[in-house]
Amino acid sequence: MAFEPREEQKQLKYQELRIFSDEELHNYTEEELKNFKIKHDIPFCEELEKGRWPSFVADAKREALHRKKLAQDRMMIERDVVEDLLGQLEVSFKHGETHWKHGGIVGVFGYGGGVIGRYSDLQEQFPSIAHFHTMRVNQPASKFYTSDYLRTICDLWEYRGSGMMNMHGSTGDIIFLGTFTEQLEPIFFELGHVLQQDLGGSGSNLRTPSCCIGKARCEWSCIDTQDMCYELTHYYQDELHRPAFPYKFKFKFDGCPNGCVASIARSDMSFIGTWRDEIRIDQEAVKAYMGGEIMPNGGAHSGRDWGQFDIHKEVINLCPTQCMWMEGDKLMIDNKECTRCMHCINVMPRALRPGKDTGVSILLGAKAPILEGAQMALLTIPFMKTDPPYDNIKEKVVEPIWDWWMEEGKNRERLGELIQRQGIPKLIEVLGIPAMPQMVKEPRSNPYIFWKEEDVPGGWKRDIKDYRSRHKR
Amino acid sequence: MALSTERLGLFNPAKPMENRLTDLGPRHFWQYFPPIIQQNYGKWAYHEILEPGVLVHVAENGDKVFTVRCGGCRFMTVENIREICDIADKYCDGYVRFTTRNNIEFMVDSQGKMEALKKDLMSRKHVSGSYKFPIGGTGAGVTNIVHTQGYIHCHTPATDASSMVKSIMDELFDYFQSMTLPAQVRVSMACCLNMCGAVHCSDIALLGYHRKPPIVDSDVLESVCEIPLVIAACPTAAISPTKTDEGKKAVKIKEERCMFCGNCYTMCMALPLSDQKGDCVTVLAGGKLSNRISPPRFSKVVIPALPNNFPRFQETCEAVKKIIEAYAKDANKYERIGDWAERIGWERFFEKCDIPFTEHLIDDYRLQYDTYRTSTQFKFTEAAWAVSKAVGGIE
Repeated sequence: MAFEPREEQKQLKYQELRIFSDEELHNYTEEELKNFKIKHDIPFCEELEKGRWPSFVADAKREALHRKKLAQDRMMIERDVVEDLLGQLEVSFKHGETHWKHGGIVGVFGYGGGVIGRYSDLQEQFPSIAHFHTMRVNQPASKFYTSDYLRTICDLWEYRGSGMMNMHGSTGDIIFLGTFTEQLEPIFFELGHVLQQDLGGSGSNLRTPSCCIGKARCEWSCIDTQDMCYELTHYYQDELHRPAFPYKFKFKFDGCPNGCVASIARSDMSFIGTWRDEIRIDQEAVKAYMGGEIMPNGGAHSGRDWGQFDIHKEVINLCPTQCMWMEGDKLMIDNKECTRCMHCINVMPRALRPGKDTGVSILLGAKAPILEGAQMALLTIPFMKTDPPYDNIKEKVVEPIWDWWMEEGKNRERLGELIQRQGIPKLIEVLGIPAMPQMVKEPRSNPYIFWKEEDVPGGWKRDIKDYRSRHKR
Repeated sequence: MALSTERLGLFNPAKPMENRLTDLGPRHFWQYFPPIIQQNYGKWAYHEILEPGVLVHVAENGDKVFTVRCGGCRFMTVENIREICDIADKYCDGYVRFTTRNNIEFMVDSQGKMEALKKDLMSRKHVSGSYKFPIGGTGAGVTNIVHTQGYIHCHTPATDASSMVKSIMDELFDYFQSMTLPAQVRVSMACCLNMCGAVHCSDIALLGYHRKPPIVDSDVLESVCEIPLVIAACPTAAISPTKTDEGKKAVKIKEERCMFCGNCYTMCMALPLSDQKGDCVTVLAGGKLSNRISPPRFSKVVIPALPNNFPRFQETCEAVKKIIEAYAKDANKYERIGDWAERIGWERFFEKCDIPFTEHLIDDYRLQYDTYRTSTQFKFTEAAWAVSKAVGGIE
């Protein structure tokens, strides 16, 4: 099957789009790089060139040299921006304090997010990073790229910005690190007109949604994570660019309960693929695992001798619900008792596969500690079938939640905090769903139930005289 | 249309709304899938890790895609990305992928191409000696560290990110390139409590933390901050309104109530917290977010403060290594650090990791009761004997 974009996608050919010539791109030798010293003294930074792990300082230095050897009119901000960044980093190490000023309201017209203003507080010493604004560029779902796209982005960003980036920011965007205010609009126009590419979210907006690799290269994905991510991102562009929420809001899409994109811990609305039928079993492959013909867990433990694979010790006894057993040489699963933790499937991927009747579980309210402590997401919708364009998710889940949160949420209150403040009973009322025991680990141990008047026979209106007719003072 | 080279490109400041394209969203993902991925979308049967950092995924029709995973820096320059493109063009028909944990994945459709690719990747080094694209990060080992901006771009950090991550990964490099641990170990790093990296469910989390209450810049506070918002921002109600001797509106801080979260600074630039001597690294352990065997759980604070020892963070590196080595020696196959700690008991965790337990590690915030041990099921360790001695219960 192939997925179709909402709008026709412009073909991007680097050869037609490029700014820099091959000579400009290869303008220094290895020897020059070895002997290259940046204009500031940076012994702490240079210490970070040692060791085996890739050194970001070594990488920054080659960009510094590359810029130094480009003509200044081939870049719209100062060529020594990388050198000044390393210089300020060195001073920050010495002072043990950051040298970026607080805040800075910059952006592109009509958007309330996507650009983070940043100014150095050492502008005399490091004038080329006096402005160091960041732009968030909305990554394609699950971060596959072609070199044509990436090279074009690189030319654009080296020409109009610092040439320094994050691949990727924590939320998922491509991050352009550091440019001056004047270049924000030109970069936005180039992204839109040339690359057919938009900015991501920041501020009290829908943040850039992200997803795991899904069915593109994983046998366990129960949902089309990329397609859901793409569709919901496009459908909610207004919410992503124009702040109307009490605070940030994140969607993340995991294809299975292994949770490679960590949606359960860091998204206000976490979509996790699951199934409701039976784990598919290939009994021949089970025997092959037991006979040692196939390495358990796809070879993930092959660096150490853990001894002969033992299906009882490694699978059946570790099953959290104890819903598996052997009958002769056949592996049996009581699927109705299974909680789909993925362990047996992870250990024996060639013998066991998720079921075929798949859908999505929806969990709400995860967030990092600011302010009332970290929260993990609350299991709210156990299972939901959904098909493109996911109207039932939009209409029955996303929009009622947003309406409630926008109405009731306080300034800088995340959804998880609102749920805690008003309670799960309010949440299920908002969604129009019944309570289920799966929403909690255990029922409440205090009986302090907020009974509503209509729950109680006869209501709350009583007459003290009537009471006193039976009870003397 | 080529990228423009005029100073302001396609933007006309006289008519800023002219030709403005908005709400285009991200580009569509399908065009970036290599043919082998497109052809087998949703049809993968199983996968194997052939060696650390090298995976093969096999489709129902027998098609195979080989993936070579390399460690990457989240911070990278266009020079590095162009080199990634060169590799992608040479071996992968121009396709490449990045993972959630800042790794880079090159995919090829034959074992022969994969061997050539591997050799090429491990041969590429920076002039100062570090690998550019070390292969690893799969299975029961340590994969790349997700992290935040730190001194590279952020205004609130209590430590730096890129330097700490580089130092820790140098220390754990062998674990990145092997699969000898009981299960995967996810290390994450955030420079302050805002945790733009959301590290609170990691096997090991490193967190920059302030330890001095904000300084009140009362000369400017009334003109740059909304005082009621600042007061409301404090979770412990430690901020109250006051006036300076000159009669300016300002705030005062009840210092003993401050928990150093920095939320006030986020709301008001006139309340900076950073301090060279006060800022520190807090180490948390035992979190996870996969649902495998045990439910996802938060990381717990196991070391309250280590010094911000730039640029190499020796104490932090040693602490991380100590925890991983104790875990590697003692945990059962498939047990994550948190599963192991819960099985042996946290008292035994501190003993085995040789980490001192101090009162800072006992929760005294709002949900503290959830952490009280209300049972006689405990293990005797030196820490327990010390209490018995202190009350004269034993010699």
